[in-house]
Amino acid sequence: MNTLGLVIEREYITRVRKKSFIILTLLMPLLMVALSVIPFWLSTLNEGGVKNIAVIDNTGTYASLLKSTDSYKFQIVEESGQQDQESRLGKDLFAILQITGDLNVNPHAVSLMSEKQAPQELQSIIVNTLTEKVTQQKLDELSTSSNVDAEAISRVRAIVEDGSKISLRTLRMGDDGSMQESSTELATIIGMIFTILIYMFILLYGNMVMQAVLEEKKSRIVEVMVSSVKPVKLLIGKIVGIGLVGITQLVIWGVLLGVLFGGLSFFISSPEKAAAMSADMGDFDMEGLVNLIESVNWFEIALYFLLFFVGGYVLYASIFAMFASAVDSEEDTSQFMTPVTLLIMFAFFAGFYSVSNPDGPLAFWTSLIPFTSPIVMMVRIPFGIPMWEKLLSVLLLYGTFILISIFAAKIYRVGILMYGKKPSIKEMIKWVKYK
Amino acid sequence: MYLETKEVVKQYANHLALNKVSIQVPRGTVFGLLGPNGAGKTTLIRIITRITAPDSGSVMIDGRPSRSDDVYNIGYMPEERGLYKKMKVGELSMYLAQLRGLSKKDAHHELMKWFKRFDIMDWYNRKVEELSKGMQQKVQFISTVIHNPDLLIFDEPFSGFDPVNTDMVKNEMLRLRDEGKTIILSTHNMESVEELCDNIALIHQSQVVLQGKVFDIRKEYRPGIFRFRILGSEFDFVHPSIEVLSREPYHEFIDLRIKKMENMSSNHLARLIFDRYEVVSYDEELPTMNDVFIKTVTGNAR
Repeated sequence: MNTLGLVIEREYITRVRKKSFIILTLLMPLLMVALSVIPFWLSTLNEGGVKNIAVIDNTGTYASLLKSTDSYKFQIVEESGQQDQESRLGKDLFAILQITGDLNVNPHAVSLMSEKQAPQELQSIIVNTLTEKVTQQKLDELSTSSNVDAEAISRVRAIVEDGSKISLRTLRMGDDGSMQESSTELATIIGMIFTILIYMFILLYGNMVMQAVLEEKKSRIVEVMVSSVKPVKLLIGKIVGIGLVGITQLVIWGVLLGVLFGGLSFFISSPEKAAAMSADMGDFDMEGLVNLIESVNWFEIALYFLLFFVGGYVLYASIFAMFASAVDSEEDTSQFMTPVTLLIMFAFFAGFYSVSNPDGPLAFWTSLIPFTSPIVMMVRIPFGIPMWEKLLSVLLLYGTFILISIFAAKIYRVGILMYGKKPSIKEMIKWVKYK
Repeated sequence: MYLETKEVVKQYANHLALNKVSIQVPRGTVFGLLGPNGAGKTTLIRIITRITAPDSGSVMIDGRPSRSDDVYNIGYMPEERGLYKKMKVGELSMYLAQLRGLSKKDAHHELMKWFKRFDIMDWYNRKVEELSKGMQQKVQFISTVIHNPDLLIFDEPFSGFDPVNTDMVKNEMLRLRDEGKTIILSTHNMESVEELCDNIALIHQSQVVLQGKVFDIRKEYRPGIFRFRILGSEFDFVHPSIEVLSREPYHEFIDLRIKKMENMSSNHLARLIFDRYEVVSYDEELPTMNDVFIKTVTGNAR
């Protein structure tokens, strides 16, 4: 086996065998599923069972229309009992709804009093019910006035009852002119997930490369190594080996998350559960969501993710390795590392703000500049951007990473054998010229 | 000559590390590479091991310029040496052996041989960080010689070893030399130089200032001091060309250290003493390598 293969193998094997790696890799997906399922599950729990709401209706027209649900029970009480009701508030009574006048005349003549903030759901039940009634009242008034056609009124009633619910479908024109249904929300979510992944991996695994270089230097094994392996091979082996560890982790996470969410959705999709779910989620269009998810060009996203992941990782890992090779200890790295870390964080925030305007100048330029492009571009790709931008970005990134790696390798080669004084950037540039 | 460097020059940013350094190392000998700290020894070794390249000059192996695959025929134990602390001894040794060009099978076979010879079989599955420094040095030594190279370079090989292990390593080095290997030994331990080295080169301020056979060099640097043990209780001989450095009574003898002037031959001195006193023993004081080293480096050479 050649030496490069051996180096890659060692860097890879010693890391994936570590307990910390195994635990993190297996637990993370479980944690992510738990984090996304538990809040949902908690929200379906009915806190405190049925809530009683006392309805004091001075007009007597509206109270009977409020239908009790599983969660809320409306009780009609007389105006005279108001004092009594208020004393029960917060105990067996959740809220008091007071209608003081004809809403048709005064829309503000209704108030809901509760000790805790009234849930959105309760508010919408009340508002919808009352609005419907007031609409009816207004139509009734209209129909009794003689100069209106009875048929016209009944048609207006029909229109109002059907409700002209409008749902906005967003379509995107592909390069070939075909229309595709798209969802801004979904694109945002996908973009953010991949951006966070790239950001996290560049920082995490870039740091791992730095630690590995430092460890070799600190433990003084590096000269033993370079007597049989060319420094460049040692560097490449390290970056590739650790990068493969990252890809392994990503793949395991992907597979585990797929299995876990798949299993979960199978569990949920049993008929009565599904019914319960859609009841909970209201008008949620499950089928629409599936269509949307299928409409995303996953292959394209995966391909670019891999390209930008590799490019960004190698670019930053080379820089990290270069600086680590030049110093003797972790404390000395901060001077060089802080600017690099800030750059990565800037890229992350640029990506973050590009979500709201994926074609704006910030998004455009930062997705072309090689040091920020791996992170920002992943936000933009799900929104669909012209081919030339993607290609240019990839080309610039790969061109830069090749140049930077060659430069880094030259510094590394000299740096790993230098002990003692921390070099200045100027001295490091001189190293490049060494034979 | 097995190894030769010819006019090797290496310039670093602010100083000249090697200034036209030429050394000749005969095959099957131990060659001492001496010099004060920072003289350029490590740089020269790094050039021989092809870790760095010279700015000018060349390295010849067996009469031809050295090639990149020569590194598989060199075993180098650097002064700054360490091991991956988290790895198991066996795994690490296998890794290093394979990096030095052995197949998995050969590496294992050779390792077993050496682990048995050094009696460290028990350590095979232990982590490196659990080993004492001396133990780690043994592992270092094994990984240096594991691929049976023709050229071995040891930079301060005895640091961290107790006297027993130092002896063992010395014996291994002599055994390897007797097998025909060529060994370069860089050390500040001058006693071991006298003990092990056939030839030396002394590098000082980036240049070779002294090179040759150890014995010849010591002879050349002899200060002209002779030791006599004579029978009797007093010694009062005076001569313009000799200087009595010390006279110590020892039982019925007197031990003398006499320095002769350069114009007097040692035979003449001997005759002068032998004619007048009963001499029990007589020899010439040879300088230690330590003396040679200090004299050369501090510029007090004769």
